[in-house]
Amino acid sequence: MAQRVGLECSLAVSEAVKLANADVIAAYPITPQTHIVEHLSELVASGELDAEFVPVESEHSAMSACVGSSAAGARTFTSSSSQGLALMHEILYIASALRLPIVMVVANRALSGPISIWNDHGDIMSERDINWVQFFAENGQEVLDLTITAFKIAEDHRVTLPVIVNMDGFILTHVIEPIEMPEQNEVDAYLPPFVPAQKLDPAKPISMGMVGVPEVYTEARKACVDALEKSYPFIVEHWNDFAAQFGRHYKPIECYKTDDAEALFVTMGSLSETAMTTVDELRAAGQKVGLVHIRLWRPFPTDDFLAAIGESKPLMVLDRALSPGCNAGPVATELRALLYAKGKTHYVANFVAGLGGRDVTRADFKSMMAKTLSAAKSGAPMPYEMVGVKE
Amino acid sequence: MSKAAEAIKNVEKISPKNMPLVEPLSRGHRACQGCGEVLALRQVLKAVGKQVIACSATGCMEIISSPYPQTAWEVPWIHVAFENVAAVASGVEAGRKALIRKGRIQDDNTKVMAFAGDGATADIGLQALSGAMERGHDFVYVCLDNEAYMNTGIQRSSSTPYGAMTTTSPPGAKSKGQSTWKKNMPLIAAAHGIPYVATASPAFHLDLMNKARKAAAVPGPAYLHIYSPCPTGWRCGPDTAIEASRLVVQTRVFPLFEVIDGRYVLTRDITKPKPVADYLKSQRRFAHLKDEDIEFIQKRVDEEWERLLNLVKATNPEAK
Ligand SMILES: Cc1ncc(C[n+]2csc(CCOP(=O)(O)OP(=O)(O)O)c2C)c(N)n1
Ligand code: SF4
Repeated sequence: MAQRVGLECSLAVSEAVKLANADVIAAYPITPQTHIVEHLSELVASGELDAEFVPVESEHSAMSACVGSSAAGARTFTSSSSQGLALMHEILYIASALRLPIVMVVANRALSGPISIWNDHGDIMSERDINWVQFFAENGQEVLDLTITAFKIAEDHRVTLPVIVNMDGFILTHVIEPIEMPEQNEVDAYLPPFVPAQKLDPAKPISMGMVGVPEVYTEARKACVDALEKSYPFIVEHWNDFAAQFGRHYKPIECYKTDDAEALFVTMGSLSETAMTTVDELRAAGQKVGLVHIRLWRPFPTDDFLAAIGESKPLMVLDRALSPGCNAGPVATELRALLYAKGKTHYVANFVAGLGGRDVTRADFKSMMAKTLSAAKSGAPMPYEMVGVKE
Repeated sequence: MSKAAEAIKNVEKISPKNMPLVEPLSRGHRACQGCGEVLALRQVLKAVGKQVIACSATGCMEIISSPYPQTAWEVPWIHVAFENVAAVASGVEAGRKALIRKGRIQDDNTKVMAFAGDGATADIGLQALSGAMERGHDFVYVCLDNEAYMNTGIQRSSSTPYGAMTTTSPPGAKSKGQSTWKKNMPLIAAAHGIPYVATASPAFHLDLMNKARKAAAVPGPAYLHIYSPCPTGWRCGPDTAIEASRLVVQTRVFPLFEVIDGRYVLTRDITKPKPVADYLKSQRRFAHLKDEDIEFIQKRVDEEWERLLNLVKATNPEAK
């Protein structure tokens, strides 16, 4: 039987990698990801996890070594954050173009400068177009479960793409939560050993990473884009299978009290929990609001999102990252483009909050919603605001 | 680490009589006519054979061998980026190690090899290479040194020799061409204490091929630095590569040596060196140099040779 334990969410990630029986972990330390790789190296050192731990000299090499080991046919994991993720940037595109099912947990953290070790989504929003499947976890249980499903999805021959599980730095990584630990035999039943679609093997030589002349580059990129788009039903399928076996159901878009709502919060990551509490409080005060939480970020689940928001309700989109020079955060920019393309006329207000670890409280959520509702009512231009700037 | 000497003992030596017939790098690649780099690459692969996984850095050898849908590689091959081939090879090696230990693949004696130009080795990829050597991965790193960034159009690298003309070290009223001395990569590799380091030149092909075999035989990291003429970048005729490869050794500009378990061994003593001028004057990239510049370079070459002899004496007293 699965046991409920009090565990730091970072350690839950490491335990998930152990349950997944990874073959290679190549990693480089960066706060707030360090506890994940420290615990993994302990698990390898003690023999609890039979894997190669490759303590590389940089994140660039971490991702490069992951590409090598995955290409050799080994189940491969790494984890990073912020500057480390940025240093990997170049190789992230190549990992997905080579269709290598690497799994990475990103402990989301602000980018320099100024240097900040605390949470926001600036690091991962710079990596939107790397062609990886991307999830955002809301709590520790989700981090553990999604990491296990990430291997299953990545390695499915109908998918064969790398996967990132995003978790908020400190807010999740360093918090102890009650977590239900699946049994090893249950995970083994869900996640069989990795059978690569193709691998580097002298008995059957292949060339990987060849030159893409102009005649083939576009088609090669299209093949990657298609693979990501087409991964959607398999992600849902594997999450459903996970639910059938483990009893916890993950959906690409999660709705909270949306049915009769007259306005909606749209959030990602751990702030969704604060948003939920705010919804409860606002409803208690007679205001019919709800929450739409985005769990699957790439490929974006357009139909689920449209179904979740219903017709013509004002949306209050919270971004934890900037898109300078653009007058909206990255999430709001995308959602507006999506709605426009679908002929929708939702009023989309956008607030950038929680940069570099600043708290976003229920009071903040309430004031953002109040601003959204009054602007929507008056038909004023859609607000874009960096919340709580001290001037 | 005295493993290298032990492992090398059993290596079957290549002679003209038992020249391997395998060609892991096939014909029909797109290198320039007379390219010394692709010749060196072919010699290495012939010597090591097909039980290899090859990893390439971005550069001439990668570009000319792999324009999709063609490939010149008859062994499994991967290219990822410019600066990370040592890290990619680390991953391939680690992945295979884990899978062999877990019984999921057989230990078939496959050697993981990394190939990179001098830019990818001495400049942008030095950190990844240093990391991989320090961690002790069992792989062979081959630097194909054509003394500049050729794939991007002949820019200087830290492996470009003093005085050479490149497109970013042009000679002029205030410049003699490359203003710094060639970075000594073999000694940097040797300073990591890895079991095997060697230099080679394609004009001495048996020496080169036997060194490649030894490098593949030693457990742990091995580093092979191969002089690789580039007629296109050096502004020479396509028939000059072998002659340059011979002269560079005969003038002591590029000494042939090995470092086995930390012991330096001169593999070709040059007792009566030809003047450095003979070498420099054979290539148009040095055409602008004046006699006093050539003298300056000769002095440095003599000093470096002395330094190498001292290293041999210090680490290998019974050598001579
Ligand atoms: C990060 C990065 N910077 C620059 C380049 C451009 N680039 C590709 S190959 C190359 C030069 C390769 O030179 P070298 O390693 O000496 O190999 P050669 O082509 O001379 O054999 C450069 C600068 C690149 N691909 N990636
Ligand atoms: S540019 Fe030089 S190194 Fe590159 S293929 Fe041509 S001759 Fe060889």
